[in-house]
Amino acid sequence: MIRPIAILVGLGFSIVVLLAFVTGAYTWATEETQPTAEHEFHIAPHAPEGGFAHDGPLGTWDVAQLQRGYQVYKEVCAACHSLKYVAFRDLAGLGYDEGQIKAEAASYQVPGIDPNTGEATFRPGLPTDYFPSPYPNAVAAAAANNNAIPPDLSLMTKARHHGPEYVYSLLTGYDAIPAELTQEFPDFETPTGLYFNQYFPNLNLAMAPPLTTDGQVTYAEGNPQPTIRQMSADVAAFLTWTAEPKMVERRQTGWPVLGFLIFATILAFFAKKQVWSSATPGRKDD
Amino acid sequence: MSFPWAKEYTPANPVMKFLDEKLPLPRLVYNAVGAGYPVPRNLNYMWNFGVLAGFFLVLQIVTGVVLAMHYAADATVAFAKVEHIMRDVNWGWLMRYSHANGASFFFVVIYLHIFRGFYYSSYKAPREMVWLLGVVIFLLMMATAFMGYVLPWGQMSFWGAKVITGLFGAIPVVGEPLQVWLLGGFAPDDAALNRFFSLHFLLPFVIAGVVILHIWALHIPGSSNPTGVEVKSESDTVPFHPYYTAKDGFGLGVVLVLFAVMLFFLPNYLGHPDNYIEANPLSTPAHIVPEWYFWPFYAILRAFTMDFILPAKLWGVLAMFAAILIWFFLPWLDRSPVRSGHYRPLFRKFFWFGLIPVMAVLFYCGGAPAEEPYVMLSQLATAYYFLHFLVILPLVSSFEKPEPLPYSITEAVLGSDKKAVLGENTTPAT
Repeated sequence: MIRPIAILVGLGFSIVVLLAFVTGAYTWATEETQPTAEHEFHIAPHAPEGGFAHDGPLGTWDVAQLQRGYQVYKEVCAACHSLKYVAFRDLAGLGYDEGQIKAEAASYQVPGIDPNTGEATFRPGLPTDYFPSPYPNAVAAAAANNNAIPPDLSLMTKARHHGPEYVYSLLTGYDAIPAELTQEFPDFETPTGLYFNQYFPNLNLAMAPPLTTDGQVTYAEGNPQPTIRQMSADVAAFLTWTAEPKMVERRQTGWPVLGFLIFATILAFFAKKQVWSSATPGRKDD
Repeated sequence: MSFPWAKEYTPANPVMKFLDEKLPLPRLVYNAVGAGYPVPRNLNYMWNFGVLAGFFLVLQIVTGVVLAMHYAADATVAFAKVEHIMRDVNWGWLMRYSHANGASFFFVVIYLHIFRGFYYSSYKAPREMVWLLGVVIFLLMMATAFMGYVLPWGQMSFWGAKVITGLFGAIPVVGEPLQVWLLGGFAPDDAALNRFFSLHFLLPFVIAGVVILHIWALHIPGSSNPTGVEVKSESDTVPFHPYYTAKDGFGLGVVLVLFAVMLFFLPNYLGHPDNYIEANPLSTPAHIVPEWYFWPFYAILRAFTMDFILPAKLWGVLAMFAAILIWFFLPWLDRSPVRSGHYRPLFRKFFWFGLIPVMAVLFYCGGAPAEEPYVMLSQLATAYYFLHFLVILPLVSSFEKPEPLPYSITEAVLGSDKKAVLGENTTPAT
């Protein structure tokens, strides 16, 4: 009894889904899909020349680059973007010592309470404080930015496919609309208040080009020239660190673990062979 | 236990003797996974995945309990709590990445375990109950994994929860009240997050309970084997310990090496970047996709795009649940007296050239955007999926001439069975 029912149910589901297939295939074959500018002219992100020091299973942080990237964040990005999951104490990971971290924290004003009156006020930051947001709340952020709230940057490189490459490409990707695009899509335009960038999914981005001139940030002696590309690569590296400060530690833990497991597995293989050799005289596959 | 020649537990020292008299726990373990459990001697590496699944269940419980110590199921802080675990908790990143990748590995080994069952017809008598309990475990795992993915409260957590609970809204009449009841509101929020956390903590222990029943039911007939010929005599079996503990130990090592590679070098490879964006009910992600282990069933859900008597969405929901529920009926749908696909030429063709590629297509299409040609591909694959289990499997045995089976497991292993030659047949052939 169960088999005829099963056959009916099976045929039922298959017929319904095949009917959907036939209609779908007919629509697909007869209706031409319109190409879109986003689809044709979007460019996949790419790494800066030479890649990042943290790339690959053996990659480590380039501490000097992280410090430069932090400087770019502080002097450029921080005007609009928060970094709320990073605390000043975390800057130890960038090679700063305790005194430097205290001074760095104190250079920021964070929300606090007046100890005499109990009123909301601002006080100099402590190493235990987190990076303050440039705006008091989301409404203020939206109001100041044409309704597009600048996203928090702490996790940006993990929140996008190929995050570090994406940040680098986006920052260096502000360009004029290519002639071929206008030719193929005459109606395409970048609305006022948005900026054309081929690395952004829909090609029009609310963020104004943040890095516009070489030397916008002055690097300390002994660092590379602060070209737009260099600053972009540096801040992309810094944001890789903010997204996962434990990344290098994780890989460096991984190697000995992997070494141990491979060794243990080889031992387990010979143990298995040893155990089985006694039990299976004349096994065909031995 | 299962076979008369199973070794009996003899306590080696006075402490164990005392324990064995008062509470025979050592005896239970000895008979379950020790020398007291005779197992067919010819098991191949496809028989490793039960033990491996057990390992990952324990790993998930251990890492999960630790994570729960540092997490809070409150929509305003849940996302930040996960970052707290990643940044500030000692070895928190190891716990969280172990738990996230452990879930994926749990599903990898479970899928291999299930497909081993399909190929060797492990569901057939006398092991129907083992199979039924296994399907129950799989359903519980899916519920647990779905609710666990909501807890980090990222964009995919939120929108995944919204889409999946929205499926219940497709049920006529009671659908919408049911959805509101499940979520504790009109959209996922604190109420949903709290109950999902509570259930996500509870269900693994329910799974552990059903796993015990699964193993118990298995020990009544004993393990199946690649020939599908039942155990006839002592020479067909070896004790579980040390033979299969050694073999499982090696298998576990191999899987742990792969696990370590993912965990330490590609921990986010199987995740979705959008889940590192905090949940935002006002911003819908471009493509809402569940975790990879749900892709085949998600593809089946989305394959039904046409209203036909019932609304398309309801067809999709019915088909998605049916895709798993039909597994409950396999023991009675497949009537071939031969168990192992190894001796079933026609069944084998449908398995390797039908089911396996179709599952691959469903996996791929479930993760792809709902666009052509992926929808058409998943429609064809879905049609085959249902035909395979509900039409081909019940009928194939009528058209199939099975290849000759070995007389016994011993013959399959050694090329000859002395007892068969000498006619010292202890149990009559079935």
